[in-house]
Amino acid sequence: MAKKKIHTYDEKGIDKSMSIHARRVVAHVVLVFISIMCLFWFYMLFVNCTRPSAQVTSGFHALPGNYFMKNWKSLMNAGNIDVWQGLLNSLFVAFSTCILSVYFSTLTAYAIHAYNFPGKKAIYTFILAIMMIPTQVTALGFVKLCRDMGYENNYIPLIVPSIAAPVTFFYLKQYMDSTLSLSLIEASRIDGSSEFRTFNRIALPLMKPAIAVQMIFGFVGNWNNYFTPALLIDEPEKKTLPLLIATLRGSDWQSFDMGKVYMLIAFSIFPVIIVYLIFSRYIVAGVALGGVKE
Amino acid sequence: MAANSNGRKKHSVTKGKWGIIFLLPFAVAFLAFQLYPLAYTIYNSFFENYRDGLTQVGPNWVGLKNYKEAIFEADLLKYAGNTMIMWVIGFIPQILVSLLLASWFANNRLRIRGASFFKTIIYMPNLIMASAFSMLFFALFSKVGPVNGLLQSLHIIDKPFVFLENIAATRILIGFMNFMMWFGNTTILLMAGIMGIDTALFEAAEVDGAKPGQVFRQITLPILRPILLYVALTSMIGGIQMFDVPQILSGGTGGPSDHTTTLIMKLNNHLYSKNYGMGGALSVLLLVITSILSLIVFKFMVKKED
Amino acid sequence: MKRLVKLMSLALVLTMIVGMVSACGSKKDDNVAEGKLIVIRCWNDEFAKRMRDHLPDYKVKNKDNALEGGTYKGYTIKFIQVDNKDNAYQNALDEALGKQSSKKGNELLDMFLSEADYAAKYVQADATADVKGVVGLTDADLANQYQYTKDAVTDDKGVLKGVSWQACPGGLIYNREIAKAVLGSDDPAEVQKAVADWDTFTATAQKMKEAGYAMLSGYDDTYRVFSNNVTTKWVVDGKINVDANIMKWVEQTKEFTEKGYNQGSTLWAAEWEKGFYKDGGVFCYFGPAWLIDFCMKCDQAGSVGIDGGWGITEGPMGFFWGGTWMHAATGTDNADIVKEIMLAMTCNETILKDIVTKDNDFANHKPAMEAMVNSDYSSKILGGMNPLGIYCNGASKIKLDCITTYDQGCNEKFQAAMHDYFNGNFATYEEAYAKFEKDIYEIYPALKPKN
Repeated sequence: MAKKKIHTYDEKGIDKSMSIHARRVVAHVVLVFISIMCLFWFYMLFVNCTRPSAQVTSGFHALPGNYFMKNWKSLMNAGNIDVWQGLLNSLFVAFSTCILSVYFSTLTAYAIHAYNFPGKKAIYTFILAIMMIPTQVTALGFVKLCRDMGYENNYIPLIVPSIAAPVTFFYLKQYMDSTLSLSLIEASRIDGSSEFRTFNRIALPLMKPAIAVQMIFGFVGNWNNYFTPALLIDEPEKKTLPLLIATLRGSDWQSFDMGKVYMLIAFSIFPVIIVYLIFSRYIVAGVALGGVKE
Repeated sequence: MAANSNGRKKHSVTKGKWGIIFLLPFAVAFLAFQLYPLAYTIYNSFFENYRDGLTQVGPNWVGLKNYKEAIFEADLLKYAGNTMIMWVIGFIPQILVSLLLASWFANNRLRIRGASFFKTIIYMPNLIMASAFSMLFFALFSKVGPVNGLLQSLHIIDKPFVFLENIAATRILIGFMNFMMWFGNTTILLMAGIMGIDTALFEAAEVDGAKPGQVFRQITLPILRPILLYVALTSMIGGIQMFDVPQILSGGTGGPSDHTTTLIMKLNNHLYSKNYGMGGALSVLLLVITSILSLIVFKFMVKKED
Repeated sequence: MKRLVKLMSLALVLTMIVGMVSACGSKKDDNVAEGKLIVIRCWNDEFAKRMRDHLPDYKVKNKDNALEGGTYKGYTIKFIQVDNKDNAYQNALDEALGKQSSKKGNELLDMFLSEADYAAKYVQADATADVKGVVGLTDADLANQYQYTKDAVTDDKGVLKGVSWQACPGGLIYNREIAKAVLGSDDPAEVQKAVADWDTFTATAQKMKEAGYAMLSGYDDTYRVFSNNVTTKWVVDGKINVDANIMKWVEQTKEFTEKGYNQGSTLWAAEWEKGFYKDGGVFCYFGPAWLIDFCMKCDQAGSVGIDGGWGITEGPMGFFWGGTWMHAATGTDNADIVKEIMLAMTCNETILKDIVTKDNDFANHKPAMEAMVNSDYSSKILGGMNPLGIYCNGASKIKLDCITTYDQGCNEKFQAAMHDYFNGNFATYEEAYAKFEKDIYEIYPALKPKN
């Protein structure tokens, strides 16, 4: 539907075609260049998966080798780690965390955006202030708290705290400021919809592009998180993929195998690429949607 | 918390009650998992409290001594400087490239072919974890790595250049890595923001003969301001928290000669001996620095709206 | 929107299922009778594999994953593995040892492992048990072990607090082809003459340079040789002290770097490994058996080792590199079984010989090793020579009486700071030293002068 619009622009724009043509060429050249730069790292990872350990450590080779199956097999047969269990663990933690944080951050942002109550400004400022606390700053106290509560080797301290995610909140709040009009909410109220229902049925759908964006960021961030799980998880069957990578990299010198390490890195990145590709459609579609909004 | 008790007093705002109810989950999770650790951190910053091997030393009350040491003896300014420089090296190209790309994607007249492909690709470096990324960079830019090989075969240099022993080169590499990892993220944020812009505005501007630069400055930028504020703030906070990349690339030393040591790397050193006192003081100082900078960004960006 | 909702609910359901699966998986923990569980903390599976492969009566649960533990004489062995990365292993171990007094029965930690770099930290602590007094090993049991492996884990009061099944004496590993080209012979005895002490070593380096080779790969190659032979400790009277021998390393390496006797690499970097290959142009490396067998890429085409191109000789001084020690945790409820494991793994000649032949380790048993010196054991990588004589000689020469609990940090931070002095980023030694001192005060606040 957006396409028709584009054509009408073009007919009007023909008179200035020289400059627009030049700009178009420049834009495409730059985009191709940037894409190559972005994809190069995946290629390099792939090449390293296909080479034996010694070749990986001695430098980068431009072309893939023939060690792919061998590295894959040695990863699958690696006694000290179970990558499939790790994959399940990572999926569980990353999905629950990102769903909780996005849903409750939207709810929190909505509370600040759509309602008036005393102390609102103060609370808003306060959340912005806590956004600035680096994770490392509270790590010591956090670990002590979890140990005191007996939450070692437990996913609760990895998942539940994400309900309070100030950075996600801030983004959604900013997005609401620029797109979510209060009149819509008012209209829904007049229709007799309950406040909670209004949020779920009216506000949440309107936030779709922003939610998709934060779902991706949340998922990727938690998928790659090493810091917090490393503090709390040491049972092998509970380890997430980043912890397993660290296990492989820390193995003793007899079984140290960089080909295997890169294979595990690739193994870990693959699911996150899939999840990203699924959600990215909503971002791209969201931008296109903006084109037809009148 | 103070706000909650105020809210209860005023029964007149009936709908406002729901705002407070919706805030509750956040508040509970925050109180349980963040406020306690934070209070613990601040409390500890006034004590001497660390491990000497396996022996616990303290806690002994020392007042502001930890702060004095952190500010005057530990070269806090130098590390803040390092952090700032490396953040700026990454952030400037990041914001420029992102704005450029986002405005290209938003401009229907440019008719970018395969736009959704490009939009999808640019975020992908962020999917690679920082430690894996650093390993790849290490291999590329080592003395015997392919970059040196290429430069030598093109006769640009005749002896291998040791990137990671050169201050400027190492800082630029770190900045570049941050740029690579985060410009896609920023572009996506900006694109989602541009979604809110009514295309009729662009159309009208084109008809009136506005130049691309004018359209960008007068239409795109003002509408993007809330998102830009978000990008600037979060990127700055992320920059102040910079840790993984310089830590791994310098092998934890902050080399060459301490020129890539960041504030969090210093904090990390204190955690090594479970030095809750110095670690706490440094954390509080970090918090103060971040707050001041954020305030400046806020004032600067929000000013024009009024 | 509907699709997004669908997708999210799908994700949620998936999450629940996975959650249930992993929740079920975790509840399988030990139904072991009280007092019948041996808990061992480690950072990798090396020791678990040694037990699996060499300990009679030990029944491993899963052959492919030694870390899943097993049973030994009616006791269940459980390993808790934490990675070495970011000091995580030591942090978790410290935590467990700190809580030991409030635990009982099967919750108690019985044994743990440590590495040479930080063994002293645990040796000096009360949380580590006396191997003789508490565990019950006797001097007679330990008589055949190399003295340095005992010195390394003896505390200030002279109490032995750990044992090891391996010794890691090192030698000077040289490239035979370069030796022939420059020194005229690749015979170990002849090469030894050219590297017998540091002055001749430096003179040889000059010859190598003139012939277009580098004596060493980089900065760190001789560090352990110097630091193993110090006569003063890193910390004296609560203050940092740099031993004269360490200063010699600084001077030598600065000189070597300026004159181009080394290739300016740092340990484990890709350029450090350049000399493992034929066109690498590095004359020698310093290292123990495991460096040759597992790190020098001798199975790679084009490597020096694949055609047996390395030789080994004693070099200017004896030294060791690496090693793993076993400790008993104070408060263990199974000291008798811990004793049996220690006895079998570190004192039993048959088992130790088995470790040498099957795993290429250099085992911690003096008579057994010396008996093998004259055997037909030989190394293909070393051009068919039997290196055990060199190692035996080295191992008996190592003296370790200057250990402190701060050694790991001091060694690491000192080398790191000096790298920037060697490559010129710090103009003077004093600047580099100041950086070192600052780092040390951060990781060891106890060493900071009180004011």
